[in-house]
Amino acid sequence: MTAENLDHGPLTRHEIAALIAADIPRGSYVNLGIGQPTLVADHLAPDSGVVLHTENGMLGMGPAASGDEVDPDLINAGKIPVTETPGAAYFHHADSFAMMRGGHLDVCVLGAFQVSVTGDLANWHTGAPDAIPAVGGAMDLAIGAKDVVVMMTLFAGDGSSKLVGACTYPLTGRRCVSRVYTDHAVFLIGPDGVRVRDTYGITLNHLRERVGVDLRSLESA
Amino acid sequence: MTLVPDPDAAVAGIADGSCVLVGGFGSAGQPMELIDALRRQGARELTVVSNNAGNGDHGLAALLATGNVRKIICSFPRQKDSYVFDGLYRAGKIELEIVPQGNLAERMRAAGAGIGAFYGPTGVGTPLAEGKETRTIDGREYVLEYPIRGDVALVKAQVSDTMGNLVYRKTARNFGPVMATAAAMTVVQVDHVVEAGGIDPEVVVTPGIYVDRVVACPTRPTTGSTAGTEAEARR
Repeated sequence: MTAENLDHGPLTRHEIAALIAADIPRGSYVNLGIGQPTLVADHLAPDSGVVLHTENGMLGMGPAASGDEVDPDLINAGKIPVTETPGAAYFHHADSFAMMRGGHLDVCVLGAFQVSVTGDLANWHTGAPDAIPAVGGAMDLAIGAKDVVVMMTLFAGDGSSKLVGACTYPLTGRRCVSRVYTDHAVFLIGPDGVRVRDTYGITLNHLRERVGVDLRSLESA
Repeated sequence: MTLVPDPDAAVAGIADGSCVLVGGFGSAGQPMELIDALRRQGARELTVVSNNAGNGDHGLAALLATGNVRKIICSFPRQKDSYVFDGLYRAGKIELEIVPQGNLAERMRAAGAGIGAFYGPTGVGTPLAEGKETRTIDGREYVLEYPIRGDVALVKAQVSDTMGNLVYRKTARNFGPVMATAAAMTVVQVDHVVEAGGIDPEVVVTPGIYVDRVVACPTRPTTGSTAGTEAEARR
């Protein structure tokens, strides 16, 4: 059944990242989106065997570089200098995206503006007339990774839920998200709707009131 | 393949209205000296294909600032330091076509491989697939995408031999090998040139058949960079 953690939460970004890291199967090939999802790397166990992919052409990406390690030719998708781990590999962009589009990546973790109850993802464009659109690799990741996981705050600045019946922002991908990790709850998205795996600092009933979409408890699956 | 003496000779003859594929992901792999030479050369009404739309005031950003680029095709123009592009875009002085990064790479790969068009899974149901043909294959929906072919590709690699065989360095490889195949003329700047046989044939990334002009532009010293020592070790 849904685990209500009433004495713990809402979660910090690092606590959300730790939850995601703990759920990544050992030995997975994983892509972490730019921004908050990069925190997940800090919480992977040293013996996890997880291999990190970066879209700009590398498997086996290591932690951020510092001091003498900084090399302008070795950066991640967010253009941050990083390091290589033993067994790393470099490849060109068409190969890097073939790994996504061809279904070879096990997990990707992405941020989101909105996720719908059917797993639609909106994370690239607010649609505002003066905004400069920039999609990067988000659309390829969204349709390509076997397991697309979202990390986000549950509520926008105006208090509205970012888990929605239907996305109002332009879509990144259709029916692609399988799990949503937020500061208030973890959601599992399946063909039969959204189930709540855990809540943090909020009861399931209160969560239902605030989110406003149909949320099932885990045992009703 | 022709070895040319300097970047200006490398970009000679690039015509007004050319479609120029420019390698790099952010600053990594961006062929700065070739872009600077193209800026000096002064070709106008260019279409530039590159992952980003320039950083800071140098390289691609400096080329955009001349007003000689009519249109840019890229996946991710908006960055912390893309103020040159941002200003041109907001002033209506440059046309932008946003292409998902994997489509950008694959459309150039298709051009280089003689593929007429392909059905890809990226962008189905999104605004970037609007108006494009779709087809359901084995129960999955795909979007028809056409090749992006360049008149010229400007690419940065680490080493070329005198046959034009190229080796790249770390994540500076990015779009280089794909763009090298996709243009009528591929121009490459490298840290240094070695004799034929100086690169192990097993580690060649871009075979010389794709390369038309090579110019040596030794990497300027960068704080914390290990480029020099790694290059020496590889030789």
